[in-house]
Amino acid sequence: MTTTYVTTADAVDRTGDAPVLLVGTRKGAWILSSDAGRQTWTARGPMFLGHIAQHIVLDPRDRTTLLLATRTGHLGPTVFRSTDLGRTWEEASRPPAFAAGDRLERSLNAVFWLTPGHADEPGVWYAGGSPQGLFRSDDGGDTWEPVSGWNDHAQWETWAEWPDEGTPDGSMLHSVIVDPRDSAHLYIGLSGGGVFESVDAGRDWKPLNAGSVATFLPDPDAEFGHDPHCVRLHPLRPDRLYQQNHCGIYRMERPDGRWERVGDNMPRDVGDIGFPIELHPRDPDTAWVFPMDGTDVWPRTSPDGRPAAYVTRDAGASWTRCDRGLPEYAWFTVKRQAMTVDAGDPVGVYFGTTSGEVWASADEGASWECIAHHLPEIYSVEYADPA
Amino acid sequence: MKVRIPSPLRSYTQQQAVVDADGATLTELLFDLDRRYPGLRFRMVDEQGRIRKHMKIFVNDESVRELETRVDARDEITIMQALSGG
Repeated sequence: MTTTYVTTADAVDRTGDAPVLLVGTRKGAWILSSDAGRQTWTARGPMFLGHIAQHIVLDPRDRTTLLLATRTGHLGPTVFRSTDLGRTWEEASRPPAFAAGDRLERSLNAVFWLTPGHADEPGVWYAGGSPQGLFRSDDGGDTWEPVSGWNDHAQWETWAEWPDEGTPDGSMLHSVIVDPRDSAHLYIGLSGGGVFESVDAGRDWKPLNAGSVATFLPDPDAEFGHDPHCVRLHPLRPDRLYQQNHCGIYRMERPDGRWERVGDNMPRDVGDIGFPIELHPRDPDTAWVFPMDGTDVWPRTSPDGRPAAYVTRDAGASWTRCDRGLPEYAWFTVKRQAMTVDAGDPVGVYFGTTSGEVWASADEGASWECIAHHLPEIYSVEYADPA
Repeated sequence: MKVRIPSPLRSYTQQQAVVDADGATLTELLFDLDRRYPGLRFRMVDEQGRIRKHMKIFVNDESVRELETRVDARDEITIMQALSGG
């Protein structure tokens, strides 16, 4: 694979239906595009140089609206929108924020996660924040309102990490999932706090953590307080959820509400700790993870410094190591939003590293090549299919 | 009155380093700034009306965190961000 780096806005975006990757970093955003064979890449950027680009997502409904969750170390959080693949941007006229006069005097430090709404609700978006608020837009991300059913839930102070945040980067609400069969059926993940479910469009919520362990809690079988790192629902089998948790890899088959630890089938010397989990777009039995070292003080680098993805093709019953082409030794981390898959056949799998590299596999993880390097610390990599 | 704008906020002021704004208090002045340059205020003041942690406002030579501080046309306002980061 070869990559050309361009800083101008007049670069070709893509060839045919070749994949596009939206890369958010600690110091700006890049857009990577390829040829149909996924062998030649163009990295266009930086956009918003020096700004924290936490998450960039293309609306899959209009395949045109691009939303960027951003802030700087000093300035407050906001959302920018683009309808020309990042050539021009316009700031949300009312960014996500807690209500003025909020009973807990909360203020939003970061917009951490963006999720487009249901296919039947064009213009609806959800945003997860730090502190762990949930916000909704009904107009394509221009104006946002707090989801009161969550933010003002009688149990919020019990479920969320508040006022003391559990991690140095702050507690966050992530993995906002909309059931493709029912726009009122929502899931969210709290790091820390656990997985929660709403069946009434966010008016009420219940914990959904049975079966997942929280070894760091006094009661490892507690109802909430867990640390899901990334939760995914398979769109072709919406009763199936996967979860990469602080304490293992899990799968749940609804309507049962119990997580099964499929990470027990990972090699013992690697373990099943990690941040991301990504699903095959057409096969609900196939998923990829990127294990990390959760021992001692939690380095969060690859176990023994040997980076590898792992893939299951039987819903977690067995896992296969995918490291061909990756460095023999490396000490980077792959964050929860920094792994993605495209819609190709075979599926392309991608991940970004805290050392500023983007790695690509055009053969479902069997082999890897680096398609971008020397970027800032990568926070997110999302596949996009622009019109 | 004159308001000095730090470089991180000049994308809102068409890159102007000094702009005009009116108000009898800093609160009023910041709302007037936001009316003239939409979006600027929320980047430096949170939704509960507090100056964000790493932002500072000077009225003439005095650092002020109380937004109800009174100001008048003779004052010069300087918005700055704390010098930190990496």
